[in-house]
Amino acid sequence: MLSFVLPLAEIMQMWYSVPLIVVISLVYSATRHEDMRFIMAHSLRLGMMITLFMAAIMAVLFVLGWWL
Amino acid sequence: MSKAAVAISGAQPGEVINLRDPVVAAILGWLIPGMGHIYQGRTGKGVLFMICILSTFVFGLVISDGRAVYASWTESDKRLPYFCQLGVGLPALPALVQTYLVRQGKAPLFGGVMAPPATPAELNEWYKTLHRYFELGTVYTMIAGLLNILAVYDAWGGPVELEAEEPKRDDDEPPDSNP
Repeated sequence: MLSFVLPLAEIMQMWYSVPLIVVISLVYSATRHEDMRFIMAHSLRLGMMITLFMAAIMAVLFVLGWWL
Repeated sequence: MSKAAVAISGAQPGEVINLRDPVVAAILGWLIPGMGHIYQGRTGKGVLFMICILSTFVFGLVISDGRAVYASWTESDKRLPYFCQLGVGLPALPALVQTYLVRQGKAPLFGGVMAPPATPAELNEWYKTLHRYFELGTVYTMIAGLLNILAVYDAWGGPVELEAEEPKRDDDEPPDSNP
């Protein structure tokens, strides 16, 4: 049971990245546009790209950790 | 100091942003995140920068119990992250006052918030008691400072518009070859 719960607890630490992703996406997009609609649309795209990139890295590390 | 305005692409052709005095806006934007934009009348973006950057900085400071932001340049502790944290401006400056007080042998203010560790052993104790929250707080506050540098540049020079935002013009279409 503990071997199942501990990796979950490690994953929960990733929640600390969510506010950072939101803030970085919003601020970066706001420096690229003046119109609030463009800012929101760009930040949504950027936030999704960052999340996907982090998920891909996490998946690679998970597979390596499981395999090696 | 010069006054400036930049043209932007958007709904209204020929619309410009009045940057007022870009140098004053940049200084204000560094001192208080978003204040440079508010000075320029770009209130929406100013409030956005202020909320995002200050909340990130404060969150980092709170989860690290006020320890993640401090200035130190001793043999045993060269606090490089403070250079990034300094980007947030006025909210990071109390660390310099606290360092001055500690180096003078006086007690730091505000219960030691933003005060440097007096000894390497005290720094080790922070790592021991705060665990990962010391590092997390450092990361949050560093990112807040770095993001404010982007915001300051935006206050100084205006936004970097992307080509995709340019409105399409009718005369861009290829001419019809049929008579």
